[in-house]
Amino acid sequence: MYVAVKGGEKAIENAHAWLAEERRGSTNIAELSIAQIREQLSLAVNRVMAEGSLFDPDLAALAIKQARGDLIEAIFLIRAYRTTLPRIGYSNPVETGQMACDRRISATFKDAPGGQVLGPTFDYTHRLLDFKLAAEGEVSSAPESRPRTEPTPHITEFLKGEDIIQDEPSSDTIPGDLTREPMEFPADRPLRLQSLTRGDEGFVLGMAYSTQRGYARNHAFVGELRIGKVAVEMDVPELGFAIEIGEIELTECETVNQFKGSKTEPPQFTRGYGLVFGQSERKSIAMALVDRALRWEELGEDNLGAPAQDEEFVLSHADNIQATGFLEHIKLPHYVDFQSELELVRNLRREAEERIMPREAAE
Amino acid sequence: MSEYNFAYLDEQTKRMIRRAILKGLAVPGYQVPFASREMPMPYGWGTGGVQVSAATLTPEDTFKVIDQGADDTTNAVSIRKFFENTADVETTEETEKATVIQTRHRIPEAKLTEDQILVYQVPIPEPLRFLEPRETETRKMHSLEEYGLMHVKLYEDISQHGAISTSYAYPVKVSDRYVMDPSPIPKFDNPKLEMDAIQLFGAGREQRIYAVPPHTKVVSLDFEDYPFEATKADHPCDLCGAEDSYLDEVIMDDAGNRMFVCSDTDYCRSRRAAGHVGRLAEEGAA
Repeated sequence: MYVAVKGGEKAIENAHAWLAEERRGSTNIAELSIAQIREQLSLAVNRVMAEGSLFDPDLAALAIKQARGDLIEAIFLIRAYRTTLPRIGYSNPVETGQMACDRRISATFKDAPGGQVLGPTFDYTHRLLDFKLAAEGEVSSAPESRPRTEPTPHITEFLKGEDIIQDEPSSDTIPGDLTREPMEFPADRPLRLQSLTRGDEGFVLGMAYSTQRGYARNHAFVGELRIGKVAVEMDVPELGFAIEIGEIELTECETVNQFKGSKTEPPQFTRGYGLVFGQSERKSIAMALVDRALRWEELGEDNLGAPAQDEEFVLSHADNIQATGFLEHIKLPHYVDFQSELELVRNLRREAEERIMPREAAE
Repeated sequence: MSEYNFAYLDEQTKRMIRRAILKGLAVPGYQVPFASREMPMPYGWGTGGVQVSAATLTPEDTFKVIDQGADDTTNAVSIRKFFENTADVETTEETEKATVIQTRHRIPEAKLTEDQILVYQVPIPEPLRFLEPRETETRKMHSLEEYGLMHVKLYEDISQHGAISTSYAYPVKVSDRYVMDPSPIPKFDNPKLEMDAIQLFGAGREQRIYAVPPHTKVVSLDFEDYPFEATKADHPCDLCGAEDSYLDEVIMDDAGNRMFVCSDTDYCRSRRAAGHVGRLAEEGAA
């Protein structure tokens, strides 16, 4: 007897109920709180904020909990929420030169004003599983010193003083916003940077890595990497001046790239730029490398045909919410298109056999 | 979900989408870029169609959602539920009663009228995409009406396979101007693209909207000596006996026995209600 597969509401409801149960896991184990996720899985929270394009650690932590730790799913939850929020206005550009740095390192100068500040980094940890953590050991508090109060200058400013690094023309033009206007190519640099900062960390990392391995190599040095908090200020028309409305944590990476000059530019250092919400080092360095690779045209370099130089390729595929949606949609029903393919292949086979058969019969 | 606006999207966004729809209707078959929003369902699940429906629906509308021709496929159920929750519109499974029909992969069998709007979910709006991956290039090709590549592809199909080997998402030319992807409907549905109803196509991830106004000329691409042919499984429906409807093939048992049933569930239901009986109807009705 024929029983059609009916998707019915009941099946969907039951699936959701089961999902909720699986998300919770064994009820013999204490439930995770949002605060625990926010405090103890903060790098996951940072990634969700960065790629979700919404700075709110509590909501990001909630999304991670709801998504059972699937970060792309969590990013999706944040994006879908973000898009419903009204735009009250736009902040002034943040001054990363005024950042209260937790971490600030330069790979190009042994020392510079502001110093090298390692901060809370994995860099020199030995990657040995710490079984003490399994026993829920308490941590001893880290030694403290007085924070630097004066602003920490950008390393590239020193190179600029010597006129040996490409100047970035300043502009008061309001940058585009790919969440409000459809992306069109060619995209200008602000749009590219917006796309990269919310792009998938794995994708941007892979693209950046490809440039290091020779697909449009751009000889990057990490001129500076800084992580810390910056104030967000907004002009309030009623007041006539800007007020601070909060602070956010950012990771900023400026690369200094060797450049022998081109048809249009003299020999000098060039720049790549990465700016990402939260402590997101890997992402911001990768972003800077890809940004630099995408600037080939502006700097009069050759198009080597490398993927990371190809703006349309990079920007069209960087978004993991778009990518995962389209990838996973192929599990939805496709009976109708498949049926038409079935008939086509059957027809083509029948015709091919008819062409072959008479020949064989004649042999 | 009362904290959301009618049909989920805010009025500003709906206005932006309506502008794109109107532009699409004014330039039939032209892909209008629009600032697609992130919806609470994934890209690929019909976010383009959902946004077009959200911008089209009014509280007086009656809404129908089909996926693969059926009202009861999971995603059709889910989208219908979404608008029941956010727009509180009447929903129906009966094609005739619906004023807005959102569809994925099919055009209903019943003839649509001037009072209806058909909204398609579109995965890849660009008919030239698999011939030329770059949007910058394909937009140029459309603006220059440079469709030679498409004809070469169809010609190569014939020279290699003896037939045009496109069975769904079969390209059409709209109003003698734009080559358009009718979304992945089977080519059986292509002749129905010339209809009395408004047809709107929404591609969310690709941020494009396009349209075919009522009574617009829509021609499936072909050659004089290899004319376009709308094909379907060579069977009547095993439940309602229809010979003119597109069929799904269902594997019934371990021995691989098949039955063929209308993919348009409402069409099949209404025919059976009118007393039409197919080969396996009794079992099917059980």
